[in-house]
This record gives sequence, C-alpha cells and structure tokens, in this order.
Amino acid sequence: MRESSVILFHSSNYAMWAVDVLNKNNIENKLIPVPRDLSSDCGYCVMVGYDLIAQAEEFLKRENIEFDRIVDLK
Amino acid sequence: MTKISRLKNNTIYFDNSATSFPKPPAVVDAVVDYMTLVGANPGRSGHRMACEAGKIVFQARKNIAEFFGVKSPMNVIFSSNATDSLNLAIKGILCQDDHVITSSMEHNSIIRPLKMLEDRGIISITVLPGDDSGIISTGELDSAKKNNTKAVIINHMSNVTGIVQPVAEIGKWCKKNNMIFILDCAQSAGIIPIDLKSDSIDMIAFAGHKGLYGPTGTGGLIISDSFDVRKMNPLKEGGTGSMSDKTVQPNFLPDMYESGTLNVAGIAGLSKGVEFLNNMPEKLKSVQLHKVTLQKYFIEKASKRIDGFKSYSASSGFGVVSFTIGGLSVSEITQRLSDDFDIMSRQGLHCSPLAHQRIGTFPEGTVRFSFSVFNTIYEVETALEALKIIRDGK
Repeated sequence: MRESSVILFHSSNYAMWAVDVLNKNNIENKLIPVPRDLSSDCGYCVMVGYDLIAQAEEFLKRENIEFDRIVDLK
Repeated sequence: MTKISRLKNNTIYFDNSATSFPKPPAVVDAVVDYMTLVGANPGRSGHRMACEAGKIVFQARKNIAEFFGVKSPMNVIFSSNATDSLNLAIKGILCQDDHVITSSMEHNSIIRPLKMLEDRGIISITVLPGDDSGIISTGELDSAKKNNTKAVIINHMSNVTGIVQPVAEIGKWCKKNNMIFILDCAQSAGIIPIDLKSDSIDMIAFAGHKGLYGPTGTGGLIISDSFDVRKMNPLKEGGTGSMSDKTVQPNFLPDMYESGTLNVAGIAGLSKGVEFLNNMPEKLKSVQLHKVTLQKYFIEKASKRIDGFKSYSASSGFGVVSFTIGGLSVSEITQRLSDDFDIMSRQGLHCSPLAHQRIGTFPEGTVRFSFSVFNTIYEVETALEALKIIRDGK
C-alpha cells in the first residue's frame, strides 16, 4: 500500500463498520491513527490502496456508511 | 459444559429473570480475554490495542442489530442495563404537556421515570389495566388516546407473571396513530423473537445480563432504522472520541448517546451471549421449548403435590413462575430454599408494585422461579421436593 488513500470518518464507530464491509468485499485495508494534519479527531481512519479506493467508496455508499472525506496520502 | 458444571456445583439457580447464571463459557472467556489481552479504550487512540477494542464493540453492535432485525449496527446504543436505556428513551423524548400510555404490568424501570415526570408537572400518564392477566388491547388504547398522546411505553413480557403483550397489534396501532412505540424487552430479549421493523417498534430497551446471557452492567437501547433521532435528546454529554475539535455533542448515532468509555469487558461477553443463542439448534425456538417444558412441569406437579400452592403464571409461559403457598410467607419460603436446599429464588414485589396490585398479590408479593436454558427437570424436581418439605413443616 505504498500509494494509498485514507477514508476519514466522523466517528471511529463508522470506521469499524467500514472495515467490516471492506473485508467482506475483499478490499485490502488497514486501520491507522488519524493523521493530525488531516483531522483533529481522536481514533482511527481506514487506509486503502489508491487502486482500490473507488471500489471501496462504492461499497461504503451502498451500505449507507457515512464518511467525512477521502484524502490521498502523498 | 465442564466449566458450567464447575461453576454451578450443587447450587440450583432459579433467579434468571433478575440476572441469568451461569453464563456460557464463551461469555466468560470473552470477558477474560478482553481484560488480559486487549484492555484498551475503543474509539479514542489509534494504536493496535485500541483498534482491537473497537473491533470487539463493533462486532457486538453487529450481532445485536442482526438479532433484533435492525439494519444499521450504529442504531445499537450501549448502556448499563434496561433501566438506563428506558430512562434515556423516556426522558429524552417526552416534553412538556405530553401524554403517555402505559400498562398495569410495568416494572419500576418504566413507571418510576414516568411518575417523576408526572410529579414535576411535565407529562400526564394513563395506566391501562388490561384484562385479568394485564394484557392490553387496541380497544383500550383507542379509549386512552388524547390529542397530546406522544408515546406508548410498555414492557413486552412481565417479570412477575411472564404474560406477553400483543406487540405486533400495538405496533400497528401506534403506527396508524402516529405515536412512538417504546418496548421494554428486559425479560423477553433472548426468549421471544423481536423484530423492530416488522412489529413497527420505534425503540426497544434490553438488558444484557438476563436472557442474552451477558455480564451484569450491560444493556442497550435499539432504535429502528426509520426513527428520526432528532426527536430524542441525550441525557448526558461528554467525550465520545469523535468530532473532538467541537465543544458540542455529536448529533449522530451512536455517539450522540454514548458519552464516556464503554463497558468493553461486559460488551465483549454480551456479544458472545448473543452468538450463543444464535448457535442453538433452532435458536429461540429451542429456548422457548426448554422454558415451557420446565414451567409446565413445575406448575402441574406443584399444583398436585403441594397443599395451598397457587400459581399466578400460565403453565404455557416462558419460564417465569410467580407463586404462593397458603399459610407461608414468601420470604420464609425463599429463605428456607436458600439456607436449607441451596436453591436461589426471589420473593416480594419484584420491583413491580403495579403488576402485583393487578394480580392481587400486593403488598406481600410472591415467590418467583425463573428458569434459564441451563436449568433441568432434575433441578425442578429437587425444588418440588424442597417445597413439599417446607410446606409440611419438616
């Protein structure tokens, strides 16, 4: 996952839900601490490879899992 | 099963409506595993152990949401017990001059918060007497309805007699009359299938430590997918691990109502309790069959063998039997059962004075046997022999 995006959530409860859905759909992902330059929230966000992020976003929308935004990591 | 036998020894535990015991081994293991291997705070830090704690809590939400027919796991709000959940629902929803309909079979977990609001001049209450056993009808609801009626708040299954309210009919009536339907499932969760969507229930309060076989200190409020959460104010505000740059409470589920660190150890156990029920051969049908068998056996044999025995529960109920034995005080019976026979039962009013008034056992109350899936016919037979000895004064 050298070129990755992170999905930020308003709450880590939604991050956990997202991980569950992504795992079920075989989208490789990793929970990481929220980068401080992206958000002041506590907790974690979900990192997904850049090549899979569009698919990941689609799965989350399909399950009505609200997220704050998606940011590409440089 | 080895672990269960070791925990139980020769004690007979018939107080499962208060708190179920023993717990399935997986419940105990989950609590210990969290305490010894995970231990961290869910939803705050981002390290591995915090993530593990968060996964445990999410899995529990998911298990419970599926168990009660709710699509979003976020609609499961964890609390300390059913009373805690009912206080959130009642005080979070009711406003000045609202009217509420409830029943005569309520536990104090419903009637006390309602009475407090009534005494302060905030709401008015109508308590429906129901039929001889306390079961209410839509006809009574029609008669009690007022222009300012906001909600129907009742228990699903009585903790005193085990009677079950006709939830589907009441839910349909509430939907038709545009009223909020709040159901106390402290006794029924884990025994009677509950589906918020199909029964038109807006929210249910459940206890984790009774029929769901979780630890004490667990419970929750489940909100239907269609309910607008803006209609319910939180009772407490504080740290949620979310939107930490804001000084106002988040306005989304479940964070809005879950300030402060959750009881993760308890929730870990509760999750396994729900899985235990899901893994039973025929799920809740197996639970019901077991409890009906024990209840029927106990009531039928006791009625024949013990002079003065009177049951206030139907023989076809789901494992809650209130009874008296003429000439003996209920406290004497339960004390002798405990001291002389190592049989645990509960006497008195069971925190439900209205229900005892309804069935005519106020203020003395009754003895209550409440069975779990771990009780056996052999244990019931042992209790019958003990009651006969107590009755005959030996």
